[in-house]
Amino acid sequence: MRHHRPTYTPAMILRTLVAWSVTLFLFFPLGWMALTAFKTELQAIAVPPLVLFEPTLENFTIVQERSDYMHYALNSLITSIGSTILGLAIAAPAAYAMAFYPSKATKDVLMWMLSTKMMPAVGALMPIYVLAQSSNMLDSLTALVIIFTLANLPIMVWMLYAGFKDIPKEILDAARMDGATLWQEARMVLLPLAIGTIASTGLLCLVLSWNEAFWSLTLTAAKAGTLAALIAQYSSPEGLFWAKLSAASLMAIAPIVVFGWFSQKQLVQGLTFGAVK
Amino acid sequence: MSQKTAPRTLPRLLQAPAVISLLLWMIVPLVMTIYFSTIRFNLMQPDNTGFIGLENYEYFITDPSFWPAVLNTMLLLGWVIVITVVLGLFLGLITDAPFPGRGIARVLLISPFFVMPTVNALLWKHMMMNPVYGVLAQVWIFFGAEPVNWLTDYPLFSIILIVSWQWLPFAALIFITALQSMDREQLEAARMDGATYLQQLRYLYIPHLSRPIAVVVMIEMIFLLSVFAEIFTTTQGGPSDASTNVTFLIFKQALLDFDFGVASAGALFAVIIANIAAVFLIRMVGKNLD
Repeated sequence: MRHHRPTYTPAMILRTLVAWSVTLFLFFPLGWMALTAFKTELQAIAVPPLVLFEPTLENFTIVQERSDYMHYALNSLITSIGSTILGLAIAAPAAYAMAFYPSKATKDVLMWMLSTKMMPAVGALMPIYVLAQSSNMLDSLTALVIIFTLANLPIMVWMLYAGFKDIPKEILDAARMDGATLWQEARMVLLPLAIGTIASTGLLCLVLSWNEAFWSLTLTAAKAGTLAALIAQYSSPEGLFWAKLSAASLMAIAPIVVFGWFSQKQLVQGLTFGAVK
Repeated sequence: MSQKTAPRTLPRLLQAPAVISLLLWMIVPLVMTIYFSTIRFNLMQPDNTGFIGLENYEYFITDPSFWPAVLNTMLLLGWVIVITVVLGLFLGLITDAPFPGRGIARVLLISPFFVMPTVNALLWKHMMMNPVYGVLAQVWIFFGAEPVNWLTDYPLFSIILIVSWQWLPFAALIFITALQSMDREQLEAARMDGATYLQQLRYLYIPHLSRPIAVVVMIEMIFLLSVFAEIFTTTQGGPSDASTNVTFLIFKQALLDFDFGVASAGALFAVIIANIAAVFLIRMVGKNLD
């Protein structure tokens, strides 16, 4: 809604001031953390707090050396990318069938899938723990990938379904008339038309898996721990550690926060299951 | 593949992996949890087993931590919903009309939602709420007040604050998105007719936002019943049970006391509460499908 440049009335200036003060107030903790990441440990606990200082990068190297940041980052990458790809591979065919060959049961199946997302994770903790233990999958990336995939699957099917439904079925029918196989139809007709939907679905799942904390805290230790679990180790360490905690946190959240900015709209649609558009 | 069979079997085949895996994901843990909840099952006492009926349920409900945990869960849920909806509406409305830098302001506003819960919780625990060096303590000292030991003296309030900070952007984002579909001509007409801002709020904005508000309330209900990482990394449910919610109580019984039987009884309790909230949400989303 940008028809014209805003005019600077007193009300407008007041609103701008209020909006920006509230924004900076709410963003302050994150901004402060980002600032602390570039301080020395002594500067980090300085009284009164330091705003101007000579930035240092030493925390980032220390975090890598002492707690093997890259190991956890790699685990986060593997679990989030792995579960996103696996999820898309399972959800896309289902969404395709539901969008282009709907039956009487389609709506019920969708609602039922949604209901599985409503199950609190803790309700499945004991069985999953026992199953993982008995199959030697405690502290394993495989277990995390499977769990993340299942947890995100309902959202993925819903988002893909909503996107596919907007594609005219006639285009797909035409391709089939011309003798295209299902695979050709999916790859050469559907994929180019639905690439936006698929990308945003993947992006949202990447964000959700990257930030997942319940299962990574309860099922992993040193081997398969993700960044969420690495950060939790800073819960009660000894000595000065704020700058290192900030550096580790900043490295853990920076990539995904940027992704998040780009996937806002999908997030609204995905997390509200299309109830808010 | 012939034209006649394709529309019947192929779609089912394509849906099968998703349907079967979700069916397993739902049924297997549920059946196992129900089974565990009726047997003696402590990882520390592997020889002591057997069917004990409803004893685990009785134990869970009469646990002195049970009622505090239920109360804490409700308080956490209630307060976070109130705070995020009210402030979220405020943020949505205030950033609805254009102002210089609105795009950047919105990006900064929603950022906390993309921060993983463990980072969020430790950021508040250490850098904000530390009673000596924390930013809040410094602000208190600046105004000549005695710094507060937030997590020890007001543990539940601190958790509410931390969780609200994370979920406020979610509520705001939903309201911002919903406001973009407001009927601008209607608003313009109301302004022309001299409607005050309060009247516009009462008759135009709030009715338009009633559905998004309901959605935010229900989705937060489902997610906030399961708040875990924020408690795990800050207070560990303490001091004593002051910040233990039902999810954390079940976790404690399972992975700290290793009593899987009692924890399973508790888990079924949590599933039932979540389902009460879910029924309403599912009905609402279902209407939207037609």
